[in-house]
Amino acid sequence: MEKRTQFPVGWLPYALVAPQLAITIVFFVWPAGQALWQSLLVQDAFGTHTEFVWFENFDVLFADETYIESFKVTAKFSALVAGFGLSISLVLAACCDHVLRGAKAYQTLIIWPYAVAPAIAAVIWAFMFNPTVGILAHGMQLLGYDWNHLLNSGQAMTLVVVSALFKLIPYDFLFFLAGLQSIPKSLIEAAAIDGAGPIRRFFTIAFPLLSPTSFFLLVVNLVYAFFDTFAIIDAATAGGPARSTTILVYKVFHDGFRGMDLGGSAAQSVILMAIVISLTVVQFRFIERKVQY
Amino acid sequence: MVENRPGLTFFCHALLIVSVIVVAFPLYIAFIASTHTAERMFELPLPLLPGSEAWENYSTVLLHGVAGASTAPVSHMMFNSLVVALTVTIGKISISILSAFAIVYFRFPLKNFFFWMIFITLMLPVEVRILPTYKVIADLGLLDTYAGLTIPLIASATATFLFRQFFMTIPDELMEAARIDGASALRFFWDVVLPLSKTNIAALFVILFIYGWNQYLWPLLVTTQEDMYTVVIGIKRMIPGGDASVDWNLVMATAMLALAPPALVVLLMQRWFVKGLVDTEK
Repeated sequence: MEKRTQFPVGWLPYALVAPQLAITIVFFVWPAGQALWQSLLVQDAFGTHTEFVWFENFDVLFADETYIESFKVTAKFSALVAGFGLSISLVLAACCDHVLRGAKAYQTLIIWPYAVAPAIAAVIWAFMFNPTVGILAHGMQLLGYDWNHLLNSGQAMTLVVVSALFKLIPYDFLFFLAGLQSIPKSLIEAAAIDGAGPIRRFFTIAFPLLSPTSFFLLVVNLVYAFFDTFAIIDAATAGGPARSTTILVYKVFHDGFRGMDLGGSAAQSVILMAIVISLTVVQFRFIERKVQY
Repeated sequence: MVENRPGLTFFCHALLIVSVIVVAFPLYIAFIASTHTAERMFELPLPLLPGSEAWENYSTVLLHGVAGASTAPVSHMMFNSLVVALTVTIGKISISILSAFAIVYFRFPLKNFFFWMIFITLMLPVEVRILPTYKVIADLGLLDTYAGLTIPLIASATATFLFRQFFMTIPDELMEAARIDGASALRFFWDVVLPLSKTNIAALFVILFIYGWNQYLWPLLVTTQEDMYTVVIGIKRMIPGGDASVDWNLVMATAMLALAPPALVVLLMQRWFVKGLVDTEK
């Protein structure tokens, strides 16, 4: 798509795109290329000697049990986050769409946590779940349930999932609400005249019509769970206990900056890039085609 | 509403009220904790009503920071956060509106190549290429500087896309009329395109301000000196490994201060916030 007339070309358009391009090349294209190149090298401990080893870093990575474990943790984490995020926010959006009085106020009071930094949300939730001072952990102790996410890996996972959902639900909620509000009222009324109740109308009309929104949100939620939750993991559990919340992005950071394993960290970066790119391609493909019945 | 179903309406209200309370509960608990002494945190029953130490706690963190944790005063860290958030926001908006203008209103060699190169940046979050990007910043000597904190976050394809989509909807006649009247490209940009983009800029401003203020991984890597910390990473430094020596009342006071500015932006500019969120993901 282009405008049918254009301004005459001189040096101006180049000057206009120059700042954007310069930053893109220096901070995106160059480092990404470095990561690709680095993933094929092995460096000794003192950084004096590097050797080109083709795909050995990748072989080592996939033979590494902790890496496979981290994949499983990431899969579990993102499935929980996306699953709960989508279902809770869909129910809330449907309710908010149904009520007439106070809908705007509910919307405001549900979406504000989007503004809270993931790290801050994680610190507050970790405080509430803290075994010695946390109100929620204390409440569970009174009910006879022993909570200590510093020792129990399932509880640590619950903590990071809850912190991640805190920011994600407002986002999903807004999109579902916008989707529900754009459904023509005549469809709903016609179904009501035919005798369909609210639940039935939701599943036969609203739910299918929301499928493009849901699919889009699914991809966004997966990207969020994969990459944007680094702060939550670092602030709430630091990947523990016993690596039970070490998701892939956390492992890249940990191996690269704490373990100083440059080649291995770069290989992990390359795999992550492949995941992002494939998710983005999937997203664009399906959005073009519009999932709908 | 097509029919009256009091039961369902009641159920919806009940569910929404419960979720509003669940969402507000952490904020309430954080606030309560920030108004008590550190010792009170460990006494049973745990505090559920505001205490009397609010002034004391907030002035301590704002002016002195938290004792024992090596962080600057929170007021200084909030200043750093503000600088980062505003630089990232204004920088992103200005460089992307310019490049979108060039891409839409000019036909020049390599245009599509440039467009795709910007597009690729959309795909690669900082998280997946942290080590090499860190190296670039270190080689340029930008560690512990505002430039190092902000410049790598400025490039992003999202804003460029949004402006490109919007420019496509501006009627061609406006540009033709401007050209007949003898306006240059820059004059057309300044007098026509920029005023028309006001709402988009406002919407982007809200989203990007939140994005900039809430950055975590990048400031964590680039800053080593405590006077360069932003408040979001400063709070993490206040919680050392074991939990025995944490002054939770001061940490929660800092958390309240750290979440206030973006939360206020969302509440006061809610209309732009919703528009920005929905637009940037198209």
